[in-house]
Amino acid sequence: MTTDSTTRSQRRKLAKKPDNTLVSADRAGAGLDRGFAGLAKAAGIFILIILAFVAFFLSWNSVGALYQEEEGLIIGRFLSYAWPFALGTVVVALLALIMGAPIAIGVALYISHYAPPRASKTIGYIIDLLAAIPSVVYGAWGMFVLAPAMVPLYHWLSEWLYLWPEENLGWGIPFFAGSPGMGQNIFTASVVLAVMILPIISSVCREIFIQTPKLHEEAALALGATRWEMIKMAVFPFARPGIISGVMLGLGRALGETMAVVMVVSGLGFQASIISPGNSTIPREIALNFGETGHGTERWHQLVALGLVLFIITLAVNMVARWIVSRHKEFSGAN
Amino acid sequence: MSKSITAKGLNVYYGDFLAVEGVNIEISARSVTAFIGPSGCGKTTFLRTLNRMHEVLPGARVEGELLLDEDNIYGPGVDPVTVRAMVGMVFQRPNPFPTMSIRENVLAGYKLNGARLSRSQADDIVEKALRGANLWNEVKDRMDKPGSGLSGGQQQRLCIARTVAVEPDVILMDEPCSALDPISTLAIEDLIAELKAKYTVVIVTHNMQQAARVSEKTAFFNIAGTGKPGKMIEYDETSVIFNNPTNEQTERYVSGKFG
Repeated sequence: MTTDSTTRSQRRKLAKKPDNTLVSADRAGAGLDRGFAGLAKAAGIFILIILAFVAFFLSWNSVGALYQEEEGLIIGRFLSYAWPFALGTVVVALLALIMGAPIAIGVALYISHYAPPRASKTIGYIIDLLAAIPSVVYGAWGMFVLAPAMVPLYHWLSEWLYLWPEENLGWGIPFFAGSPGMGQNIFTASVVLAVMILPIISSVCREIFIQTPKLHEEAALALGATRWEMIKMAVFPFARPGIISGVMLGLGRALGETMAVVMVVSGLGFQASIISPGNSTIPREIALNFGETGHGTERWHQLVALGLVLFIITLAVNMVARWIVSRHKEFSGAN
Repeated sequence: MSKSITAKGLNVYYGDFLAVEGVNIEISARSVTAFIGPSGCGKTTFLRTLNRMHEVLPGARVEGELLLDEDNIYGPGVDPVTVRAMVGMVFQRPNPFPTMSIRENVLAGYKLNGARLSRSQADDIVEKALRGANLWNEVKDRMDKPGSGLSGGQQQRLCIARTVAVEPDVILMDEPCSALDPISTLAIEDLIAELKAKYTVVIVTHNMQQAARVSEKTAFFNIAGTGKPGKMIEYDETSVIFNNPTNEQTERYVSGKFG
């Protein structure tokens, strides 16, 4: 600011001398430029302020879950309450990512490099449409259509990955233990989430795949690369940061998704199995309980603290993604 | 190693549009041939049909025969990938892979062939290719740095090294110096003169002095007007094309009277 005002006063001083005709040129344009710069700066600061408010609200109200005046520190109690939900959230989101991301990248690749132009537009629209479906609809679909349809698979998984090895080897994989029931478990939820995160990942990837410089694609082709080799050589290295960003956006959505998980999973407390009813996620736990918890009680503080845990998980995920993207900056092609 | 190229009645289409019409040319092995002509005359399109690179545009097709020694590269069942492994290409703008180091760039073609190279074999190939491209002394101490960190002329020579590393039969160059300064251009031109000993080199250039300096034979392409197909007007010894052309269009072009 000080530099600005000094230059302005200098300019005014100089303007009195008529010998330099350049001095007073383009006043209005300069003002507009400064105004726009200020606007952009304000928008940037505004986002930071909102983020700070959310972080402050969560931290301030979480204290009650970790410290009560009569009992002192009760961190242990909170952790033993919170960890199954944190674990459930991460597992559901990761499963969704493992199922959704490869398909999303494949779809993006098909649209950008394989499909004939007309088909690729249609497919692009349909994929984008997936993003417009409300999560309640996904939840209903998951509950009434997907869950029953998945039951035979769960029986098969349980039979061959748990029961059979337990009988013959004395140990079955605990993730596939128990009875599938109606299929309303966290595995079904993660399949629903995989579909939900598909459009965001695939549209980010598609945009970045399309931007691969023709020069680099042709360089690979001219060396005798097949289309897939060209994609590995030119498209993926160029698109890597974009793919990671897209996947992280998808992961963020999966971590925070509430309604679909509430509707699909019927919770019976924590268990190792991902194919029998039970387990929960942080958003589900908060959504189900927040309304009927008295403001200011320890339970209320616990729910807010759970929110803080989710906030931290999401933040950590994003920072890891940034770090991965920045690690190979020298080779990014930006120089 | 080096192979001759023969085109017989070659027509190039983009969809229904006839881009280049009726090219008949014989390019002998171990020679430098230049294609000259005004913009849009089809010389680059024709160059790209020599390794089937024009096929990256949908709807591109070719009529006629294009022989590499005796084999028609447009014969039924011929995979363009095979053709491109034998006919290397250097582009108008240097295009080293930005995410690869200098060394990885040189070995990129080998990676495609799936060849398992020992460390020392790979070192030999890299050194030979970079020496072949007159780049070895400049980059030998920074082989693991990104190729995109080099100067434009060095990048273009890296691309040439990448092309010669896989020892193709033919090297096509599409205005390889148009983005370079005169010093780098000179380095590339010297290199072309050396490459001739082992490879068949075909170069498209807008710079007639360059064509005169580097090539033994020159083909002049021209176009009658917008929407008309490009044609090869005259093909002869470079000295004849520039000093004593038979065709009037060629004469007018090389003397700078049009185009």
